Amino acid sequence: MSEVKFSKEHEWIKLEGDIATIGITKHATEMLGDIVFVELPEKGSNVEKDGTAGVVESTKAASDVYTPVTGEILETNQTIVDDPSKINEDPESAAWFFKLKMKNISEMDTLMNKDEYDKFAKESGN
Amino acid sequence: MEIKQTSLINLHKSNGAKLVEFAGYSMPIQYSDGILNEHKFTRSNCGIFDVSHMGQLFIYGEENLTNDLEKIFPVDLQNLEIDQSKYSFLMNENGGIYDDLIITKIKKGYLIILNAACKENDFKIIKEKLNDGYKLELKDNLSLIALQGPEAKDVLNKVVPNIKNLKFMHGGEFSFNDTSVYITRSGYTGEDGFEISISNEKAENFTKELLKNGSKLIGLGARDTLRLEAGLCLYGNDIDADTTPIEANLKWAISKKRIDGTYPGSKIIKKQIESGVKKLRVGIKPESKVIARANTKIFNEENKEIGKITSGTFGPSVDHPISMGYVDSKFASLNTKIFLEIRGKKVSGNICKLPFYKKNYVKEI
Repeated sequence: MSEVKFSKEHEWIKLEGDIATIGITKHATEMLGDIVFVELPEKGSNVEKDGTAGVVESTKAASDVYTPVTGEILETNQTIVDDPSKINEDPESAAWFFKLKMKNISEMDTLMNKDEYDKFAKESGN
Repeated sequence: MEIKQTSLINLHKSNGAKLVEFAGYSMPIQYSDGILNEHKFTRSNCGIFDVSHMGQLFIYGEENLTNDLEKIFPVDLQNLEIDQSKYSFLMNENGGIYDDLIITKIKKGYLIILNAACKENDFKIIKEKLNDGYKLELKDNLSLIALQGPEAKDVLNKVVPNIKNLKFMHGGEFSFNDTSVYITRSGYTGEDGFEISISNEKAENFTKELLKNGSKLIGLGARDTLRLEAGLCLYGNDIDADTTPIEANLKWAISKKRIDGTYPGSKIIKKQIESGVKKLRVGIKPESKVIARANTKIFNEENKEIGKITSGTFGPSVDHPISMGYVDSKFASLNTKIFLEIRGKKVSGNICKLPFYKKNYVKEI
């Protein structure tokens, strides 16, 4: 069974075995507005929990994308690079950003579940 | 300080506006359609922009007013017809721009449209420079609504008959629901369009009529992408008190007859026209899809810093990132290869022609 968690930086993470798929939440896309550019980490690179792992740009501003967990990048989603508007259309499924092999699965425990995240997103208002 | 609201605030809210503070006003950055859709709708149909935060300065006076205003603005007002508009500047002694503005000759004087963030300061400066014989009114009982896009003339004509014959950069008095409105054919999007000055009481009903006839409200976000595609300057970003109109590549707005005139900064302007400038505003396109935003440093092929970006975004109608900025004038010619430092990386780009999007203004009817 896969497990989905959320970070305070508005990323979602879905874990299957030790492979995590990561993207940004619908709430994040609503804050950003129309996304027109995305930059993803390089395949084979290592990213560290809470470190930057890409950039999304809307017409208004550029925002860093963080990785909620540590690991090695296995795959990135070229579809959203070719057509960034897909991120606004289906952020929490088809428009995933990257897949990584987790180094330390216990990092999942530091993240929020859906209810906790929804409450956090509503309260933070940003 | 209390945040001001325009008379369209309720209409903004009921259309799903995301409100932000801009120049002391609560203004819509976008509505529920989003910036890209709003931008494209303006280019294909027509959009309504609430620009009531901008200053509407009326100066009333007799014959000498034209002479006295020519001591302030570098524009030929003697040959301006009644109801004709010109783009101009309020400048400091160094030719730096305090504000860019549209000045229209009206029956009893002049109407000047000022940027929201500058209007109070402009008023002080202009009042100080004019003698006491003139009446100056920065009206806050008037709203300003812009209607922009290829359908603007047809939509507006249904609400205010007989506007179709208005020439570009000309204005006139018209009637809406028994109230007099002043309409100019002008705008800030690169499209045909109008700006309507109307009493605060009637502004909401007037806008509702425009909505009923097929236009949509457009926020400041799309206003910015539209004006940048059209190569138009945003005060505070692309021009400010440290840049002159000549450096900003806006020499066309200095009337030829006024090059020898006397106004603040006139000596420097004349000198710059004759012997050139060190930096120039140019259009820039990155080669890739990455956006070069304001303050991005610009380098030449020898890795020497030659300038910086002042505005940058994604241009929805050109389907590519677009920027404007200032470069050392030696590197300002078209197609010069440059590099942009974005998030630590050097990205290649080119100096390119402005506007990015071809204008659709109606010049003659």
